[in-house]
Amino acid sequence: MIRYLKWILVVGLVAMISLSAKASGSSHEDGKIDVKSIVLGHMSDGYDWHITTYEGHHISIPLLVIVKGENSGWNVFSSSKVTHGDTYNGFYINETNGKIYEKLADGSSVRPLDISITKNVVQLWIVVALMLTIFLSAARWYKKNVATQQAPKGFFGVVEMMVMMVHDDIIRPSVGEKQYKKFAPYLLTCFFFIFISNLLGLIPIFPGGANLTGNITITFFLAFCTLLAINLFGNKEYWKEIFWPPVPVFLKCPLPIMPLVEMLGIISRPFSLMVRLFANIMGGHAAILSFTCVIFIAFTIGIGIGSALTPVSLVLMIFMNCLECLVAFIQAYVFTMLSAVFIGMAHPEPHHH
Amino acid sequence: MQLIEASALQPFLFTLTSEFRLMDSLNLPSILSPDLGLLFWMLIAFLVVFGLLAKFGFPVITSMVEERKKFIDESLTNARVTNEKLATLKAESEKILKEAHEQQAVILREAKTTGDKIIADAQRKAHEEGAKILEDAKLQIQAERERALQDIRGVVSQLSIAISEKVMRQNLATTEAHEDYINTLLDEIQPSKD
Repeated sequence: MIRYLKWILVVGLVAMISLSAKASGSSHEDGKIDVKSIVLGHMSDGYDWHITTYEGHHISIPLLVIVKGENSGWNVFSSSKVTHGDTYNGFYINETNGKIYEKLADGSSVRPLDISITKNVVQLWIVVALMLTIFLSAARWYKKNVATQQAPKGFFGVVEMMVMMVHDDIIRPSVGEKQYKKFAPYLLTCFFFIFISNLLGLIPIFPGGANLTGNITITFFLAFCTLLAINLFGNKEYWKEIFWPPVPVFLKCPLPIMPLVEMLGIISRPFSLMVRLFANIMGGHAAILSFTCVIFIAFTIGIGIGSALTPVSLVLMIFMNCLECLVAFIQAYVFTMLSAVFIGMAHPEPHHH
Repeated sequence: MQLIEASALQPFLFTLTSEFRLMDSLNLPSILSPDLGLLFWMLIAFLVVFGLLAKFGFPVITSMVEERKKFIDESLTNARVTNEKLATLKAESEKILKEAHEQQAVILREAKTTGDKIIADAQRKAHEEGAKILEDAKLQIQAERERALQDIRGVVSQLSIAISEKVMRQNLATTEAHEDYINTLLDEIQPSKD
């Protein structure tokens, strides 16, 4: 255990050094540090995977840009052609929001149809690859071994423990005994997708580091899937309670007040899921990045203050990273549990008055 | 390949694009503005991972674990049933043993009474036999005595006659008349026979 701790410490230090290097690379030339742009920049998607800046040279992994322009059709090119303020085939990166725009012949700029393989997309596929590797190899273990003769040990034991924890402690009681089997694969996929994305997001260097679950698009998609899972499979009683809820008639007859409120609930529940996950992960990342920036701001004021504040900042960063590891799990847990509860609420037992 | 997929989705993407252009024009920081490309890839990636894991991943794991759980539950039930059976068997064997003990006691008691009876019978029989033998002996003795008495009487009568002859040889004319007379006298003398 001590040995592992040592390694964790080493990895943590390396991570922080790399983060620091990244942050230092973003400082402006006049010596002022723009914390907002550094923090937002690290949390945003990007067309290339920035690793570090060494003596003014950006070291990054170029990714694939796939855009469909107004007049040039589909364009597929390396992001290195546009990342340094260059323009390629009329495509350039807008400084204000970091997205690719196309300059048209009349001088106006439009946003082209853009399905580039961005940093988040790469991270997405890394998560997918990880999940497939972990769970398909675990499933293969069960096919190779007779389940009634032995339980898996080691890594597969952990996988089983996690899967069964989510399955038995979240999904089964929340969705309900009758139909939980139908929704278990979706909710398990959701949980592990969020959990692994959250954890990878905390690793500051290559295989992780993209802010996947702190991106509103990703949480929107997950919340939308939950919305579909709730409403596509809701039973008759669920829809009855929305359009004709058991309340006094004047609340629903001339003016459908309650049905409107209920319908608002259909949207607001997934919406809360979307915002909760996004805000928690983004907030955590922002806090860690801000504590890192404190070091550099302090050093611009003076070496004394810098040296004094660095240990404080380090302790806070370590604390935040520990907290974020916890949050990574809790948010995956909460998202899955609430999704499960909402799905369970869409299968009410008919009331007999 | 990706391009083909993309072009198939083109009408859908274009309707969405106008919405997203509106979002872009708001000039939000990129983190807050939904991105169509990322959504597109997220859709594909999530469908891939969900499709594969829902078919080959999670159900295999959960069903196997549940199977194992069922097996363990069954094993526990079986163990309990076996234990109960064992307990019943034990109780039964104890009952049989107890019954055997009781039977043994009964048999022993019966044997004792039978033995006692046999001994009593034998004693009684011996007693009876003894009594009978004694009786016979008595009878025989009686008979012997009678015969002896008879003999003695004969001898006495002979002697008497002889004596009488000697005493009153001249008085007695006829022997026979005297003999009768002496017998009569002897009968009178002899103590009553039983």
